[in-house]
Amino acid sequence: MKVRVTITLKAGVLDPQGKAIEGALKGLGFAGVEAARQGKIVDLVLAETDVAKAKAAVADMCEKLLANTVIENYHIDILG
Amino acid sequence: MRSAVVLFPGSNRDHDMVKALHAVTGSLPTVVWHQDATLPDVDLIVLPGGFSYGDYLRCGAIAARSPAMLDVARKAKAGVRVLGVCNGFQILTEAGLLPGALMRNAHLRFVCKQVKLEVVNNSTDFTRAYAKGQVIDCPVAHHDGNYFADAETLARLEGEGRVAFRYALGTNPNGSINDIAGILNKAGNVLGMMPHPENLIEALHGGLDGRGLFESVAQAIAA
Repeated sequence: MKVRVTITLKAGVLDPQGKAIEGALKGLGFAGVEAARQGKIVDLVLAETDVAKAKAAVADMCEKLLANTVIENYHIDILG
Repeated sequence: MRSAVVLFPGSNRDHDMVKALHAVTGSLPTVVWHQDATLPDVDLIVLPGGFSYGDYLRCGAIAARSPAMLDVARKAKAGVRVLGVCNGFQILTEAGLLPGALMRNAHLRFVCKQVKLEVVNNSTDFTRAYAKGQVIDCPVAHHDGNYFADAETLARLEGEGRVAFRYALGTNPNGSINDIAGILNKAGNVLGMMPHPENLIEALHGGLDGRGLFESVAQAIAA
């Protein structure tokens, strides 16, 4: 099973890299960019075939390693 | 004083730390590879600076889950003193031994220079050789030293005297909240700090202000 984990900074946590991207987009003349926030994606291939079990396992992986829940949120998508 | 320096792939300040410990305390630390599941029986464990695992995923994230760190956590809980400098501080927060997180510097640039540190609390095992409010020189060299903690955690750290060092007024090099440069755990036996006291212990370094930290730990352990 393919699973995608999307990790983003929590609201209220300063994202200087997102700010730099926002500034660069504005510099390129893209009008109307109100904000940019940067995150990361981790794609996993699991042996598990049960969706619920896979989601639970990946949530555990997020809590223990993939995300730092002090500053980050994570979202799990089953890609198939 | 018996001490150990944990070596991770990508550590690069381990030699400086070994030399500083040797110079100030008179005894050579044991260097422990991060895959060793059991550390020797020591009074002080040091996590040195560097870029463990190339800062992959997040600074210190992978190192914090190494076999040696499980034993560091066990020993810290039992009261062994633990010092994390720079990447070592990042590893301690990632391992949950210290609260908060170290994020990319607010100005996005790597910062490598000497800063001024205020000794906020001198009644700790790591700062007793300094005077309260003393301002010392200390070098910093990092890209991710921007300390962040939520309001509740911050209030607890400040209220419990767990901010050991603060960047002196106007010298915050990275955007850290409340100018925080170094914090303690609740029990006071674990200190994490971004600046490098191990790099200011000989006249040739341009100053001796870093010695006080190692003298403090040695005194605390001898007491």
